[in-house]
Amino acid sequence: MKIRYGNECAKNFQILKYGERIYVDGIYITLYPAGHILGSAQVLLEKKGYKVLVTGDFKTIPDATAQKFELIKTNTLITEATFGLPIFCHPDPSEEIKKIITSLKQNPEGNYLIGVYSLGKAQRVINMLRILGYTNEIYIHGSIKKINQYYLNKKINLGLYTQVNKDNSKLLKGQIILAPPSAIKDVWSRKINNKVIGLASGWMAIKQRAKQKLIELPIILSDHADWNELTRTIKSTEAEKVLITHGQEDCLKYWCKKNNINADALANKNKEL
Amino acid sequence: MKKFANLLEQLLFTYSTNRKIEILATYLKSLNYKEKGITIAVLTGNLNFKNIKRSNILNILKSKLDWYLFEQSYDYVGDLAETVALIWPTNVNSEQKDLNEIVCDLKNSKNINNTIIEYLNSFSSKERWAFIKFILGGLRIGFSTSLVKKSLAMYGNKQLCKIENIWNGLEYPYENLFLWLENKGSYPSIDVSKTFSSFMLATSFDEEHIEDVRYSNDYYFEYKWDGIRVQLVAKNGSTTIFSRSGEDISNSFPEIKINCTELLVLDGEMLVGQNYSPLPFNQLQKRINKKKPSKKLLTELPAFVKVYDILYYNGKDIRNRTLYDRRKKLEEYFLNNSNTNLNISELINFKTDNELKKIYQKFSYIEGIMIKKKLSFYLSGRKKGYWFKWKKDPKYIDTILMYAQRGHGKRSSFYSDYTLGIWSKNTVIPIAKAYSGYTDDELNKIDRFIRKNTIAKYGPVREVKKSLVIELAFDSAQISSRHKSGIALRFPRVSRVRWDKPVNDVQNIEEIKKELSIYHS
Repeated sequence: MKIRYGNECAKNFQILKYGERIYVDGIYITLYPAGHILGSAQVLLEKKGYKVLVTGDFKTIPDATAQKFELIKTNTLITEATFGLPIFCHPDPSEEIKKIITSLKQNPEGNYLIGVYSLGKAQRVINMLRILGYTNEIYIHGSIKKINQYYLNKKINLGLYTQVNKDNSKLLKGQIILAPPSAIKDVWSRKINNKVIGLASGWMAIKQRAKQKLIELPIILSDHADWNELTRTIKSTEAEKVLITHGQEDCLKYWCKKNNINADALANKNKEL
Repeated sequence: MKKFANLLEQLLFTYSTNRKIEILATYLKSLNYKEKGITIAVLTGNLNFKNIKRSNILNILKSKLDWYLFEQSYDYVGDLAETVALIWPTNVNSEQKDLNEIVCDLKNSKNINNTIIEYLNSFSSKERWAFIKFILGGLRIGFSTSLVKKSLAMYGNKQLCKIENIWNGLEYPYENLFLWLENKGSYPSIDVSKTFSSFMLATSFDEEHIEDVRYSNDYYFEYKWDGIRVQLVAKNGSTTIFSRSGEDISNSFPEIKINCTELLVLDGEMLVGQNYSPLPFNQLQKRINKKKPSKKLLTELPAFVKVYDILYYNGKDIRNRTLYDRRKKLEEYFLNNSNTNLNISELINFKTDNELKKIYQKFSYIEGIMIKKKLSFYLSGRKKGYWFKWKKDPKYIDTILMYAQRGHGKRSSFYSDYTLGIWSKNTVIPIAKAYSGYTDDELNKIDRFIRKNTIAKYGPVREVKKSLVIELAFDSAQISSRHKSGIALRFPRVSRVRWDKPVNDVQNIEEIKKELSIYHS
């Protein structure tokens, strides 16, 4: 958090390990891995044996750069719903990353400028490229560097990478370059020649969206649960009550009702209070 | 379907027009004749399944999916093919049939809904996306018929005009077309009344030569009408109207009808207005692309053609006769035939600059003057030395930069599209949008200015501190109720950036209206 938001982003810092239970104001708090990015956590709140689980952003599929999602049974579940529509059924991540490598082979002169969030997605993409046997140096935008360092400290393989700068940018040819989505279409990107612009995000599942953003190589890679993961998780936590937030609430709520689970959108609940 | 789906996806995510043309040209090489024909027909909207309607798909979805979840998803995605692609469960037992087998299957199906369901079950998500587009048409992938023609020209290494000339007479499955493109057959012969003859185009006139042509007897002078160029092809009571690129636009202009038995081909400008008095271009725009104009529109904005050339007369090709001869034939035609929607484009004279000025004052909406050599044949394309267009001088106003948006393609990292405004009392109101006219250097500087002076962002649009004056050039100004300022400018473009000029020196709307009314008459 300090790397991302600065040293003053909170007044006090207290380290809490996964699975370690602390007692605050009459409530027991425990963190469990959420599988979203390295260090992401679900929060379990307990009072008098009643459990409330807040998933935060999560995904359940394997990701070598994040702790594996842990399924926790609960009474009330507060879940995210970024991709809470049945159209979202994320494809195999490895096949998506292969698209970059295949396309690069077909177009060896091109520079593949791929938009990725600096925190989490960038490291996951780099690590997956390595797992798929891509050994070339990977070029990165400055904003990714510090976070890469943190991941390296946590023993995550990122291979060779270099920051794009004024000197090397013009010479790039046939390389993979990672930058935050805001940079791929901005002044920063002008220094790179012969670009093929990609974007790695779950939203890329919708072609018309990718087209609107003028993306040439959409990579459907998400760090959020898709519809199947969301519904499976809701069922498996055995929650009797589900509150849905952050995204597409309506369809999940409808699905819960159909499956006899008491559900509501968290935002609506607040409005009523 | 897999190959075809890949093609559609590739075209969708390619933004360079030339690259798109190449992609299709290369792709065609990998297909058999039947598939080539089907591909061309789908891409140009000429493949129709009479037994499949949108309602078939909706009924299938109703019967197979949870309707609420589908509706929510469709609402979110906004495109039927994409929604079906994403929401339909994927099975992995895909069996690959080629396009021709699929077309036959669908056309001969006894239970079309079942056939469609079987296909949907056998496809991957991407194939389902392409399949729905394939059977319903309306691809929405940014690949127009004119690009298809260019791809075909590239594929067969033929001149584009050769394809344009016969395109409207060709039909699915396009076998004769491909045989010719591959040098295995002769140039397809089509019904003469469906033949489009490439237009003769003019080059820009160099003003220095005006004294030479003005007093010479070798030239005709005509108005340069501000409409759309059309070719009228008439035979046996039927009339076809072709646009610049050979597209058949007859449906948009049903009132243009020529009654003749022998082939007659006329060249002219489509305009709207009463009694052959043309209205500004923005009025004509209301008629363009309306495939079925309403009765109201037909009465309010009747179309007519100012005719200035004749290519076929009484069934005879007279393009190899001089313009002088053709003009005589044209006059003869108009003498013997009355048609309320055709009007001969009159010749003009202007011995002095003052006379020219009067012409422009009388017809504020003309773009300029056409200068044509009397001894010119009707040659296709833009040949130098025969026909010239002499555009009238642009007009200029100073404007204030208000909003900016990034461009496309090479300009996607530059703020290159501008909304420009003028004063209205104490606020600035928009008067025009401009996205051309600047040099690369100017664009660079304006881009930097915008980034430094952004005061608000609305999605992709940046609002800029109102402090930069841009001189705008435009061809003419028209009254418009659709624009906030009440004025529509024709061809607005950046003329120069007035870094030195304070915004307070920019005129207000009343002053501009007064000034522009000079040109209105």
